[in-house]
Amino acid sequence: MLNIALIIAFVFITLAQLLNLYRLFKGPSLPDRILALDTMYINALALFVLLGIFFDTTTYFEAALIIAVMGFISTVATSKYLMRGDIVE
Amino acid sequence: MIVVEILVSFFLILGAFFALAGSIGLFRLRDFFTRLHGPTKATTLGVGSIVIASAIYFSFLKEGLSLHEVLITLFLFITAPVSAHFLAKAARHQRLHQDKDHADG
Amino acid sequence: MQGNRWIPHPLMTIALIVLWLLLNNTFSFGHILLGTLLGIMIPWFTNRFWPERPRICKRRLFLKFFFVTFLYDVVVANLNVVRLILQPDISKLQPKFIEVPLDTDDPMVISLLANVISMTPGTVSTEISADKKTLIVHGLDVPDEQAAVAEIKSRYEATLKEIFTC
Repeated sequence: MLNIALIIAFVFITLAQLLNLYRLFKGPSLPDRILALDTMYINALALFVLLGIFFDTTTYFEAALIIAVMGFISTVATSKYLMRGDIVE
Repeated sequence: MIVVEILVSFFLILGAFFALAGSIGLFRLRDFFTRLHGPTKATTLGVGSIVIASAIYFSFLKEGLSLHEVLITLFLFITAPVSAHFLAKAARHQRLHQDKDHADG
Repeated sequence: MQGNRWIPHPLMTIALIVLWLLLNNTFSFGHILLGTLLGIMIPWFTNRFWPERPRICKRRLFLKFFFVTFLYDVVVANLNVVRLILQPDISKLQPKFIEVPLDTDDPMVISLLANVISMTPGTVSTEISADKKTLIVHGLDVPDEQAAVAEIKSRYEATLKEIFTC
């Protein structure tokens, strides 16, 4: 039963990633694209956690945590760039 | 053990559903500020549920307590409003809330 | 909990120890010792970086607010948003910017309030006015502006203000 649930979750998250990808390409504005990227990294993190359960290993945890940190920083940096035209003032 | 398995499956599907709903919001809502709502809330809780499922799975079906997944949920709960706020500020700076050209798409 | 010279930020020390144990995913004695060492050393070296320490005055109310009211609201908010997103006719939504006048000038309370608003029912805080007197909030579906402002003020702002005033 756990396997079926895992497969359903994989399908859902992959669909979500495709929808995010659509928004990333379509835009129309730059903040929209950043928002799409932001959602994509959170969903990628979910995929990593799912893979961890699927392969029965905790190795993916560190990768997920690093994606969370890096994704947050990049969202803030790119938004800041849009606001000020500069990241480090 | 079957109870734990049902619990893990429940949280997995619930989380994946929330994440999908957030992305559907990103896909079909009309303008930037309404689109902002989907990912900041639904996706955060979705990933939170998946992470809780992972914590339950490794704690009960494998040997030993495993709580480090909670860190990811905690981190997302702290950062999600901050990045939403930054994006909203960037969008307001670009005057998206007055611009009707961006209203559809 | 008041800090002294050796442990300037007791809450931060505890948070660092817990963080260290969670990162290593163990509760063994060695790691508790190492975590305690780090938890004491790091606040020493970063002391100048934290000019003022947050003072939680009503600790019980703080716990009740964040672990009961807030968590409940987050789950309800998500169900609400998901329902709004998945409804067949999305043109019925009434997204709107609402202005919430602030009663407090404590930056800690304002930033916590903004974060709490972003996590709860259909609202994202977008900007604070230059004089720090109004918070501009975007609502996903706001049929009644007055009611939304009143709910934010009574449910969150009043409680947060009470927690951080002695």
